[in-house]
Amino acid sequence: MSEAPAIVFDAVDKRFPRSEAAEDFYAVRALSFAVAAGELVAILGPTGCGKSTTFNLIAGLIRPSSGRVRVAGHDPYDEFDWFRGKIGIVFQNDRLMPWRSALDNVALGLELNKVAREERVAIARAWLERLGLKGHEADYPFALSGGMRQRVSIARAFAIKPAILLGDEPFSGLDAVTGDTLRREFVDLVRETRCTGIFITHSIDEALQLGRRVLVFRRPARIIYQARLGPDTPAAERERIRSDILHALGGTVATKEEP
Amino acid sequence: MAAERVPPARAAGHTRLRFEGVLALAGLALCWQIASYFFPPFLFPSIPAIAERFAGIFVHAAPLGDALATAGRILLGLAGSFVLGSLLALLMGRSDTFHRYAYPLLNFNQGIPALSWVVVSIIWFRGIEFRIFFIMVMTTLPGFSFQLLDAYRAMSKDLLEMTLSFRPTRLDLLRTLVLPTVVPGILTAWKVNLGNAARVVVVAELVGATGGVGYELLQQQQLFDMAGAIAWTIVLVVFVLVVQRVLTLIERRQLRYRPLAERGS
Repeated sequence: MSEAPAIVFDAVDKRFPRSEAAEDFYAVRALSFAVAAGELVAILGPTGCGKSTTFNLIAGLIRPSSGRVRVAGHDPYDEFDWFRGKIGIVFQNDRLMPWRSALDNVALGLELNKVAREERVAIARAWLERLGLKGHEADYPFALSGGMRQRVSIARAFAIKPAILLGDEPFSGLDAVTGDTLRREFVDLVRETRCTGIFITHSIDEALQLGRRVLVFRRPARIIYQARLGPDTPAAERERIRSDILHALGGTVATKEEP
Repeated sequence: MAAERVPPARAAGHTRLRFEGVLALAGLALCWQIASYFFPPFLFPSIPAIAERFAGIFVHAAPLGDALATAGRILLGLAGSFVLGSLLALLMGRSDTFHRYAYPLLNFNQGIPALSWVVVSIIWFRGIEFRIFFIMVMTTLPGFSFQLLDAYRAMSKDLLEMTLSFRPTRLDLLRTLVLPTVVPGILTAWKVNLGNAARVVVVAELVGATGGVGYELLQQQQLFDMAGAIAWTIVLVVFVLVVQRVLTLIERRQLRYRPLAERGS
């Protein structure tokens, strides 16, 4: 890694209070890792291992209990305004505003970034076209299928040209065929826009397809295995990594697309 | 695959409902007219006599002024209650401490009869219009506050997180997320409170005003003029129905993002 890290976790704990009698629940404990600028990292782990908490810490939606989280050298929670227009997120469900058309949903981030109306409409229109939704600009979310809605949410995240792109199991709610198609398009877009990408998933296949580095988590969020891979990684090597991940997790994650 | 946009059964259902409503009202008028043949006019005046009195309200300046005064009082009272209720709902939504104090007070207020507020306002205030405004606000305030608080609290946590991820300013958050979320609640609150306000304003005018539908109803009662009493009642009913219709049209426009079956009717 020659460039300065885009994301740094330094001995991060995140605990949530339970009842007065019980001890706090640690979702993340002493987690340290770094992601280089432009790197694509998949975070893999079983349900409840703290992946989403880690995601929310990077997104600045929650504050760490102790330790330090830095994104592009800044604190994503305390320096809330600094990150305006710098982080794009694709959530597990599309999270479209039902009262906005597809075009206006894509333009939301641009609108909040104070981009002029004409410009943001043009950008949103181009992204919808790029994702195969030309002709659906005026449609409200209720009139779109699940796959189309998720495409709108991907367009919304990319439209602001984010430096950091986060995906929280963005394809897990889709059928296998749509999920696979969108996943490939998504990886192409991330490479094309050269942003730093972090993707949360509980599917080994998805992690190997999305990430150039795979971090495997176990509860409370800590790294128990990691591997690097690239487009040229031989099939045998991928299979070995897959087998290692399975071994590390003891078969607690999905090994193929869920229906 | 795009979802179905217009459930076809819905439009037909609307037309049938309207037809059935007209039929029911025509049946009631017919029964009243038949009764008028068997009872004296001060008990059951004929439909033409009532219609004549009703039309008379709109062709003479003084009674028309009374009708418009009542309409203005209802709308002004509701507007005042809406502003104050929105403020209370927002404060209760934002502050648990404020909620713990304000909620029981509003609940207590709900149990106070409109007539008690009439008595209180006559003792407290001198101006007739302010008395009526005060009564309207106090009686419809809990409805607005509770409805808007519910709408605010029903705001999607998922959408809030998504919007926050774009780092909006407070004003942008209010504009892009909070307001569109509470709009259906605002419209429902107006529709519910409109009927309440129409009943309350009559009581307020009956006791504390020198004009308006309530005052006119009192005059008809003293003259034993049933045709006049019915005509003034219909004026109020028509006003409520017209405003309800306007609210429904606004609702349909504002909620056009929903499938047709989920919009206002």
